[in-house]
Amino acid sequence: MNEPLRRLESTFVVLPNENIDTDQICPARFLTTTSRQGFASALFADWRFDKAGALRPDFPMNRPEAKGARILVTGRNFGCGSSREHAVWALRENGIQAVIATAVADIFKRNALKNGLVPVVIDGDSHASLVAHPTATVLVDLERLLVSWPGGEAKFAIEPFARHCLMEGVDELGYLLKEEPAIAAFESAG
Amino acid sequence: MSSPTTLLDKVWDAHVVSPATASTPATIYIDFHLIHEVTTPQAFATLKERGLKVRRPDRTLATMDHATPTDFERKGGGVVIRDADAAAQIRALEDNCREAGITLYGLDSDRQGIVHVIGPELGVTHPGRTIVCGDSHTSTHGAFGALAFGIGTSEVGHVLASQCLLLEKPKRMSVTFNGRLSKGVTAKDLILGLIAKIGAGGAVGHVIEYRGSTIATLSMEERMTLCNMAVEAGGRTGIIAPDDTTFAYLKGRPFAPQGAAWDEAVARWRELRTDEGAVFDREVTFDASTLEPMVTYGTSPGMGVPIGGVVPEPGGDESAAKALRYMNLAPGEPLRGRPIDVVFIGSCTNSRISDLRLAASVLKGRKVASGVKALVVPGSHAVKKQAEAEGLDAIFREAGAEWREAGCSMCLAMNGDRLQPGQYSVSTSNRNFEGRQGQGGRTFLASPLTAAASAINGRITDAREFVK
Repeated sequence: MNEPLRRLESTFVVLPNENIDTDQICPARFLTTTSRQGFASALFADWRFDKAGALRPDFPMNRPEAKGARILVTGRNFGCGSSREHAVWALRENGIQAVIATAVADIFKRNALKNGLVPVVIDGDSHASLVAHPTATVLVDLERLLVSWPGGEAKFAIEPFARHCLMEGVDELGYLLKEEPAIAAFESAG
Repeated sequence: MSSPTTLLDKVWDAHVVSPATASTPATIYIDFHLIHEVTTPQAFATLKERGLKVRRPDRTLATMDHATPTDFERKGGGVVIRDADAAAQIRALEDNCREAGITLYGLDSDRQGIVHVIGPELGVTHPGRTIVCGDSHTSTHGAFGALAFGIGTSEVGHVLASQCLLLEKPKRMSVTFNGRLSKGVTAKDLILGLIAKIGAGGAVGHVIEYRGSTIATLSMEERMTLCNMAVEAGGRTGIIAPDDTTFAYLKGRPFAPQGAAWDEAVARWRELRTDEGAVFDREVTFDASTLEPMVTYGTSPGMGVPIGGVVPEPGGDESAAKALRYMNLAPGEPLRGRPIDVVFIGSCTNSRISDLRLAASVLKGRKVASGVKALVVPGSHAVKKQAEAEGLDAIFREAGAEWREAGCSMCLAMNGDRLQPGQYSVSTSNRNFEGRQGQGGRTFLASPLTAAASAINGRITDAREFVK
């Protein structure tokens, strides 16, 4: 179960590239596990660390000003590729609670919503304005579906039920289990 | 009269357990759930923590493919897995399936293989079904007119526990392919051509229905290649209306309907098509007749050009510039003739018997260039047996290629088959992402024909040099 999340206020890190795929977020060699934990060092492993395993100082998440940032601002189509939910688990283990982009890949978005990671899709102009304020503190407000920073704001959309689950810290499985009579009726009608 | 609807609408509407409301998405029934070793252990653990049972083990089928080695030893009827983590994952799947009563085709089964190869092969993939799997390439099954898509591990748990998912309906996109593919141009080139045109994020939020005169000319295996990579265009999935080619492929397969049930099923399946006048949210047309063999040059499947083309200028695009730095390629450089180290023929995109026949047609009587490692990995145990019955394995071996056991192999670097840092591969798989085939490895995606021809020359090669 995730902590209820209504408002998130944080600095952010920018990974400007488009089409950042889940193989970058969590490389496949970290997937031979049966646990939901243990992905802290898997996150962007081939970008964050050099061959000797030391942090690359030039990678945005490794810079001193990135410390404590809980929001990632990325290029278009973040999270494309493999359906691995491990990518979301790796982000969450590293304290990331929201990803802001002009488009987020479909399966990644669904995985994110189930793990207390808010996918915030905003328009291109707003995205450019946000990126132009790299030291700003951003507010992601789930009640108002508004992301704001000094000098700008943008609306975003989240499916109503997924938003409810994020804000209350509940998951969808409980709801689905209550659907049992309807599911049984559907099966006997088929 | 009801208004015209698309194939997606018809399959969707037939699976609504509870319709969407202002505050809740639709509850959609899942007809079939395919599972494998890598994305399920945490889902089974969730069920255990909550005291839940697998609701429909009879609608669930398991195999192992991702983390499994393709060069394992068979000892005393058993299989030796050297990697301890992979072995633990495999054991977890065996235990979970046994406890839940789920059929598992493990490494000792002659039905084992890549999950998206065995589903159609066994006749589990029916037109009009909803099919999910914890794997993005579940879109492959859309070739049969199924609504099939990849899900994450949480949703694997939801389906195990309830046989349903809470879903917002995706948007409808049509891609119309016109004309016949020229000689030496394959379904793989068609999908690489489409993704180069619309981009890796071009279909985000949409289900792509492939239509047009080209589709009727494609075999089921070619249609599977097309649907397989719909996700590489950002699509939720791809789907193709079933036709006589579909029914001929399915008839007589182990899990296909038999006897009178078959005739009833075919009559029902014939209704699964987009009505005249139905509206799509987005429409794209593509001339297949002028298409050339395609090859990618970058680190996103959308970075593809005709094989005679050159590496494009990134312009101001920092993502494209980063890709060229990773690939160590310069703008203006021709791709044909570029030296390579490894050729991989396999994956859920291109590991079926027709793919292997294409590769063998080029490799027959020829040799893999010295210094090039060529790996041919059948998609399933059944494909392997068929290939061996046709003598394809001998062609590959005599050419100097390695002939392996079925599995995902070098499509993703998690089972021992991988590129070394800096190596270049020509690969029939689906993703050229940084490090996808091994840390520091660089991938050129192409068709089985291109891969086989490139293996012979040790350079990216236009297979039409060999295919007369």
